[in-house]
Amino acid sequence: MNSAESIRVSTLKSKRSVGQFLLDELKPKGKFFTPFNIISVPIMVLGLAIIIIRFWKGLGSVTNLSQSVPWGLWIGFDVVTGVAFAGGAYVITFMVYILNIKHYQPIVRVTVLNGFLAYLFYAGALLLDLGRPWNVINPIIGNSFGTSSVLFLVAWHFMLYMFATLIEFSPAVAEWLGMKRVRKILNSLTIGAVIFGITLSTLHQSGLGALYLMAKGKIHPLWYTEFIPILFFVSSIFAGLSMVIFEGSITYRVFSHKVSADEHKKHDNLLFGLAKICAGTMFAYLFMKLLILVHDQHLALLTSGYGYWYIIEVVGFVLLPMILFVQSLKTRNVVIVKIASLLTLIGIILNRLNVTVIGFHWDAVVRYVPTWMEIVVTLAIIFIEIWVFRWIVHRMPVLDKVSSSNSR
Amino acid sequence: MSVNRRNFIKALGITGGALLGTKSLNAKSVLRDIEMKSILIDTTRCEGCQSCEFACAEANGLPEPIDEPIAGFIRPLQTEQFTVVNCYDTSKGEMYVKKQCFHCNQPACDAACLTKAMNKTDEGPVVWREDKCMGCRYCMISCPFEIPKFEYNSPTPRIRKCSMCWERQQKGDEPACVTECPNDALMFGTRRELLKEAQRRIIESSDIYTDHIYGEQEAGGTGVLYLSSVPFDELGFNTSVQMASFPALTKGFLYSVPSVFILWPMMLLGLYKSTHHEESNDAGGMQ
Repeated sequence: MNSAESIRVSTLKSKRSVGQFLLDELKPKGKFFTPFNIISVPIMVLGLAIIIIRFWKGLGSVTNLSQSVPWGLWIGFDVVTGVAFAGGAYVITFMVYILNIKHYQPIVRVTVLNGFLAYLFYAGALLLDLGRPWNVINPIIGNSFGTSSVLFLVAWHFMLYMFATLIEFSPAVAEWLGMKRVRKILNSLTIGAVIFGITLSTLHQSGLGALYLMAKGKIHPLWYTEFIPILFFVSSIFAGLSMVIFEGSITYRVFSHKVSADEHKKHDNLLFGLAKICAGTMFAYLFMKLLILVHDQHLALLTSGYGYWYIIEVVGFVLLPMILFVQSLKTRNVVIVKIASLLTLIGIILNRLNVTVIGFHWDAVVRYVPTWMEIVVTLAIIFIEIWVFRWIVHRMPVLDKVSSSNSR
Repeated sequence: MSVNRRNFIKALGITGGALLGTKSLNAKSVLRDIEMKSILIDTTRCEGCQSCEFACAEANGLPEPIDEPIAGFIRPLQTEQFTVVNCYDTSKGEMYVKKQCFHCNQPACDAACLTKAMNKTDEGPVVWREDKCMGCRYCMISCPFEIPKFEYNSPTPRIRKCSMCWERQQKGDEPACVTECPNDALMFGTRRELLKEAQRRIIESSDIYTDHIYGEQEAGGTGVLYLSSVPFDELGFNTSVQMASFPALTKGFLYSVPSVFILWPMMLLGLYKSTHHEESNDAGGMQ
């Protein structure tokens, strides 16, 4: 039935010209004056204005970055935290395509789409932060390969991973455009893209942490460890999955009409599976944190101000959500899963900012605090991403027609 | 037999040597028979006259310094000031210290740079190249001495720092600050010569100098070496800096990259094959 429907749609589409089709599709669907639009549109406009000023007058005109704090909110939150949140894509594709756990199939597309958009926009935010963005081609075209740089690896991986997730998602685009043969070809590329994508993710999730290895002495000792890369990698698993849970609970509500009642029920079941994985990886993460704390002999630092802050992060936003995840499995309570995922996400924000911004030059007299403009640009980027996400979900088979699109 | 044991071991050694060869990038100047140039700064001879600052400003086309070193007040390096003399109240009275890029033997900034804009030359100076830099400021994150400065208020910002007068050196001249120092507090030469000279001064005048050459080991050895009559922490030096080189901190991670790149896909493919075994038999019957 579904395939018959898609053929009908595709023949309908082929009758119209391509230009007309695109024009129709660009039009917004549904009401325009929703609370979300009313809040997001002014922020996006303001954000774009600030970006123009930034390129016209330099980074100093809109940010509080300084000679001693060269990386602020745009790197610490947009890039480092944003990419950790996008970790769900490689974990879910690993489970569905590699381990063949069909249970998670319904959320593959939406997760991969989120992953792709997160990399496109949050890693794209890196361009805003570059002082000389026109030279960004230098490490790509090969006239200056700084292969000893961790950032070289991270930059290349971002780029390649974007292609990998795009290929993983591309069958949905082909379905939307009604291109059956193209879809078949793109589908056959999926497994290769998945394997490549997981490998890339392993390396750049940890690579983002490795960036800060040379900042030894500048990062508070409770957060600086030679194991930052491993901690970043392990935490990206539960960060990504918590984002899948959190985002999913919003997406399934907003796009409720696109999802059948049966799928809604399945989705709840699926969350418990994700909760289990989160709890497991969080336990491993906490164990590593403890080992590092004891091994580096930093226990005495726990009674300082930053020590309490560390305890809040680790106990309040890793241990507590881990316990909640376990609790939710016992009581089969979906609400607890969602609360736990939200706490986990806050914990990841705290952790990434503690390494990159808050704990960076923790002993300096003048501390870096982002300007309101840096915050507005960050929000604008998030909103633009949500707008694009919404546009795609409304049009392409991301949440709906799941059963037909997955039969390869 | 075409491959006997001796040939096999020989081949193994050659392959291993070739693989290790990539490691010794930092020693390429040794292979080219060039010795790294350095500056020795003897803080006991410095009187804070700022001649070096003025010479530096002139050589690099920078504005002349307008303030003077005063004890208790640290003048920072800036985008328009590549060297600065500060005054410190120490256990032996007021002391002056010239500060500029340390030109590390294995610089963190050079290893951090993904475009090779920050470059350790074979001759010793660490230079920045405008046409390559993309302004990511990772060099600033990495530098343990926080030397590189960034022009935040420019739409076409540059990274600014001392280049040990690289252009003058190519013409056979000394760095401008060394030439203009009236008290012989600065000395230019190969690193080996200067280390010997520094050791000679410490041995001959052990009553004056503390028995430490700052920069001999710090951060894996630096191109600018310091002598002092008081412990270096009294002179505002970063004395907690590690003795190993900074690029060594990311070496472990970077070396694991090729193995992950080879092992992960193989492992994932193996897992994929093992979990999808039955399906290939019932030809697409999955629903």
